[in-house]
Amino acid sequence: MSCGKMETRILAYVDGRLKQGERAEVEKHLEGCAACRLRVNEFRAVNELLDELPVIEPSGAFNARVHALVAAEPRKKSSWLAWLAPAPRIAFVASMLLVATVWLGTRQTPTPPIAAQDLPVVESSDYDVISSFTPLSDLSLAPDDDADDSDASQPQQPQQM
Amino acid sequence: MTRSDVQLMLDVKAGDQQSFELLLQRYRTPLVNFLYRMVRNREQAEDLAQEVFLRVYRAREDYEPSAKFTTWLFRIATNLALNSLRDHRYQKLEVSMDAPIVADSEEGDERTMEVADEHPDIEEHLVEEARKKMIRHAIEKLPEKQRAAVLLHKYQELDYSEISKILQCSESALKSLLFRAYETLRVELAPLVAHSVKH
Repeated sequence: MSCGKMETRILAYVDGRLKQGERAEVEKHLEGCAACRLRVNEFRAVNELLDELPVIEPSGAFNARVHALVAAEPRKKSSWLAWLAPAPRIAFVASMLLVATVWLGTRQTPTPPIAAQDLPVVESSDYDVISSFTPLSDLSLAPDDDADDSDASQPQQPQQM
Repeated sequence: MTRSDVQLMLDVKAGDQQSFELLLQRYRTPLVNFLYRMVRNREQAEDLAQEVFLRVYRAREDYEPSAKFTTWLFRIATNLALNSLRDHRYQKLEVSMDAPIVADSEEGDERTMEVADEHPDIEEHLVEEARKKMIRHAIEKLPEKQRAAVLLHKYQELDYSEISKILQCSESALKSLLFRAYETLRVELAPLVAHSVKH
């Protein structure tokens, strides 16, 4: 085994986490390598130094705070109640649709029927006037054929009689 | 007979609050210590540990014993610690730009950590405290992921496969990570290591 391969095994060897075969391989290497032997001893020393750090205890209120956090969690509903409760998004969309429907319904109010007394009364004497009525659209408003249309952009001068 | 962590968690899933209480008792001290050594602030460590238990409780309905309970628990804790360190780093950056730092909060935290000790020899006591401080600082100086690996390996005694799942890396990558961390510690603690090796 090379010193490079020792890198991945040295810590496991120090911790006693190597399998028997791997352990034997490492020990064989250590017999002939003073540098790796020193490294093993140094890692053991580091491990022992890490053991010296004291363990702290959580404060007295620790459990109470966890209990308070847990108590504040919403309780799960029973399955049939959960089935009744709509999902928030569906409920939101449904309520928006309802509001839109109500709003449109109130906006398109039908025009009230015209009362009979409000209708114009047409007398029989007016029928002749009405029948002789010529709509404006039927009157010829076209310019004379004689008019010069070569300069259509110029305003026409009133003709002197 | 002591129920396993997985069994307790399955009982919590079934609605047994008492099993949650047992998990709380079993893991509150290891979690607080792990988080304290990660974030270097006792109050923050306790807050994070409480958050870990809350997340465990919230996840009870979906819990499946596909991995060891400790792997899951410390994965939550490690992620929270790493996120907290990242957020705290930004906070520190903002503070350092806005206001002068008047006190070393780390030292304040260390005072809270001291265990009451009726030591007869004050000099010996001071030497011992300086030694502990040196060890603590050596751990604190490790990069975050190396620190997490050392703490999980050394203090929680998790095996390599568990730690690699927690840190989301391969086992060989974890072994290299740990080797580099121990190399750094060996150098940082050289005077103490040399003293130990001689004796």
